[in-house]
Amino acid sequence: MAKITLDNLAHSYLPNPQSDADFALKELNHDWVDGEAYALLGSSGCGKSTLLNIISGLLIPSQGRILFDGKDVTTAPTAERNIAQVFQFPVVYDTMSVRDNLAFPLKNMGMDAAEIKRRVQKVAAMIDMEAELNHKARGLTADAKQKISLGRGMVREDVNALLFDEPLTVIDPHMKWELRTQLKKLHQDFGHTMIYVTHDQTEALTFADKVVVMYDGRVVQIGTPQELFERPAHTFVGYFIGSPGMNLFDAQIDGTHARIGDVSVALDGHYSAAGHTQLGVRPEFIRLSANGEGVPATIRRIEDVGRHKIVRLDVMGREINAVVAEGEDIAADTNRITFAPEGINVYADDWRIAPRGTSV
Amino acid sequence: MNKTVNQKAWFLILPVLLLVAFSAVIPLMTVVNYSVQDTFGNNQFFWAGLDWFDDMLHSDRMWNALGRQLMFSAIILAIEVPLGIFVALNMPKKGFWSSFCLVFMSLPLLIPWNVVGTIWQIFGRVDIGLLGYALDALGIDYNYTQNTFDAWVTVIVMDVWHWTSLVALLGYAGLRSIPDAYYQAAKIDQASRWAVFRYIELPKMAGVLMIAILLRFMDSFMIYTEPFVLTGGGPGNATTFLSIDLVKMALGQFDLGPAAAFSLMYFLVIMAISWVFYTVMTTLDKRDGK
Repeated sequence: MAKITLDNLAHSYLPNPQSDADFALKELNHDWVDGEAYALLGSSGCGKSTLLNIISGLLIPSQGRILFDGKDVTTAPTAERNIAQVFQFPVVYDTMSVRDNLAFPLKNMGMDAAEIKRRVQKVAAMIDMEAELNHKARGLTADAKQKISLGRGMVREDVNALLFDEPLTVIDPHMKWELRTQLKKLHQDFGHTMIYVTHDQTEALTFADKVVVMYDGRVVQIGTPQELFERPAHTFVGYFIGSPGMNLFDAQIDGTHARIGDVSVALDGHYSAAGHTQLGVRPEFIRLSANGEGVPATIRRIEDVGRHKIVRLDVMGREINAVVAEGEDIAADTNRITFAPEGINVYADDWRIAPRGTSV
Repeated sequence: MNKTVNQKAWFLILPVLLLVAFSAVIPLMTVVNYSVQDTFGNNQFFWAGLDWFDDMLHSDRMWNALGRQLMFSAIILAIEVPLGIFVALNMPKKGFWSSFCLVFMSLPLLIPWNVVGTIWQIFGRVDIGLLGYALDALGIDYNYTQNTFDAWVTVIVMDVWHWTSLVALLGYAGLRSIPDAYYQAAKIDQASRWAVFRYIELPKMAGVLMIAILLRFMDSFMIYTEPFVLTGGGPGNATTFLSIDLVKMALGQFDLGPAAAFSLMYFLVIMAISWVFYTVMTTLDKRDGK
């Protein structure tokens, strides 16, 4: 187990990167605290897997260093780093039995047979494959194979970190929950540093202590699920986390008030912002009103998702979503929306700015 | 569903039947015809039953040729398959050099058999051949026309030169079909280079390698042109393989009866071996598909 430090790290797949756009992973400084469970969240192609492969040593970064407990391992081969990684698509050794597959990494490390047997048995119970231990791996279904891949990662108890690269993509939903629970339990039992790459926010939010959101090769925010929800640092985080995502309104910021079109909206602090300024409001903080106060809006459609209703509105030509409790009535003459001031975040050029006098 | 009975449908397979008859069955039957008859000339034949088959089965000459043939096939397989795999593993994976290697290695495969024979016939000559002359100059007593061992070495090296590329290209195709994730997982699992080969590369290449072995076995088992041009089957009968012996018997000595019996048995052996290969391959496929 180790603290993993990324120092000035960046990577480009091109031989001579010129501009920022050439980098798949933009300059990054971060400490992965020993024993925490992280989720690396972002849309496809944002550099998540690149970052993971750099940590595990499958990729040598074009710039910067990576340290395990202060020791530079930037160019150390994967085997020396003692890291387990599970990939998106199942990798099993076809000609081996399930048992040999699970034992493979331990055998390669030269562990003694009794200990291998004990661990294989234990992991087999975790992934619910005790009955299939003597089967050949080649005949199994995709999710059974992926369970073996997971098992090969979990069987090594002394790893520096466990990395998961969207491991549950091919697993069916029922099994997903179960395996995620197993992974959480594994984390509680052994306290490994775990990094879990996903583009599924539910997966990220349920698995991790801290969620790292990446966008366009950059880490845009690191925080607890609650922080990401309440104070998205970047409009992408607002849009990506939450269902539906955060609404954005173009607005002029003027101290304690903002103007959306010709409507003035109260803010919960004093802001000074330049550039392209926007207000971000989560659907949960939008109130429908019919009494002539607030921003003009027209209801386009209402979707009842069971737990609550999602109201799709048209506000100055943009689609805006609001969430309304299941029991609440929606007035037919709704023509305005208002916001709770504490639910408003202010963005300048996509980055969140804090009100004067605070730091967050 | 009820099947409609329509005997006229038989006419629809008539064209195929005719084609196969003229291309395979009738020529084969003339051989069968010779194999059960004998003649004292004047184009007069009389029934000989299975005498020729009996003769051939007890002929040292045929057994010796078969022995040489099997030894030749075994040696070239033992060299070409591991060598081909080795080359495939070490070929560049992508870029210009990968294409270059592919084209470069395909060249020997494109050269006609008799030209290959001629190339090596001249290449190995002690008086004007580069190889023969160089070996001679180095003080190595090399002469493929007189020394049995030298003749064998030359025939085998020629075949390895001509056909190893086939195994390498097939192996390369098999290797390219392995997703990167397998290699990455192996690195994570701290697998040695040998383990990567044994548990990832070899199983993934198994299918194409079976085809390569089958092709190389059949081709080498029926080899004729190259050794015929190179050594003419000599010195003595040292490199007289089955096909060469068969042609000698049929066209050189004009022993049509024994030659026909011989070629039928040759044909049956090849069919039997192909069948074994086919069965092994399909069972492997089934196991894969399960």
